[in-house]
Amino acid sequence: MNLRRDVFQAIADPTRRAILLLVASQSLTAGAIASNFDTARPTVSKHLQILTECELVEQTQNGREIYYHINAKKMKEVADFIEPFRKMWDDRFNKLETIMKKYKTKK
Amino acid sequence: MEQKTKISAEDGKQELVITREFDLPLELLFKAYVEPEIVEQWMGTKVLKLENKKHGSWQFKTTDAKGNVVFQANGVIHEFVPNKKITRTFEMENAPFDVQLEFLEFEQLTNDTSKLNMHIVYRSVTLRDQMLQLPFAQGINMAHNRLQDILSKLK
Repeated sequence: MNLRRDVFQAIADPTRRAILLLVASQSLTAGAIASNFDTARPTVSKHLQILTECELVEQTQNGREIYYHINAKKMKEVADFIEPFRKMWDDRFNKLETIMKKYKTKK
Repeated sequence: MEQKTKISAEDGKQELVITREFDLPLELLFKAYVEPEIVEQWMGTKVLKLENKKHGSWQFKTTDAKGNVVFQANGVIHEFVPNKKITRTFEMENAPFDVQLEFLEFEQLTNDTSKLNMHIVYRSVTLRDQMLQLPFAQGINMAHNRLQDILSKLK
């Protein structure tokens, strides 16, 4: 599952996180996004390519321009990645609680 | 609804904290960590060794129905203060993960409730993030396998 790992690599980069913040509230062209950074335009394009490949941003064609905007569904998935870990411990602790409650009444 | 088990994992740190409040008196909560037969029940693993004392060590092993080892872990106990604190290491055997350090603190809330604070320190930020993502990755793999099962039945 390389895709999953790529998603976390994608958000590990500070520039890409900044891009995600920019396109969270509005659709922007690559040029408009690049104008927010000191880095070279091709570098920003590369970041956008990675974000698009991981489906964290989506593209919409409007005339000759391509607009980028956040893919909220994918972002939610990433935000929830810690949840299975929490659930695993929650299940264990629930079991512990049930066992010890029985233990208490047995005594 | 308030979640009973909470995970705190700050970005870029090599540690995490798991906290949980129990509807159990402190002594019962602590007992669940020291009695091998009880540990076996809630951890779902066989306890080969559990020496509850400073300089003691522990060993867990889980096998599937065919007798294959699916999980094996061990560690040493650095500190053992009844009803208060256990400091120990945790290492999964035959896995590419370095040993981790665990601080377990037990606290009485009321006569019938208690709290566990589990502070885990990993060797690196990357390793911590890997461990956090492990159940997530397993979930995806399981979903993937289920999908493959269904698809192969359709063929």
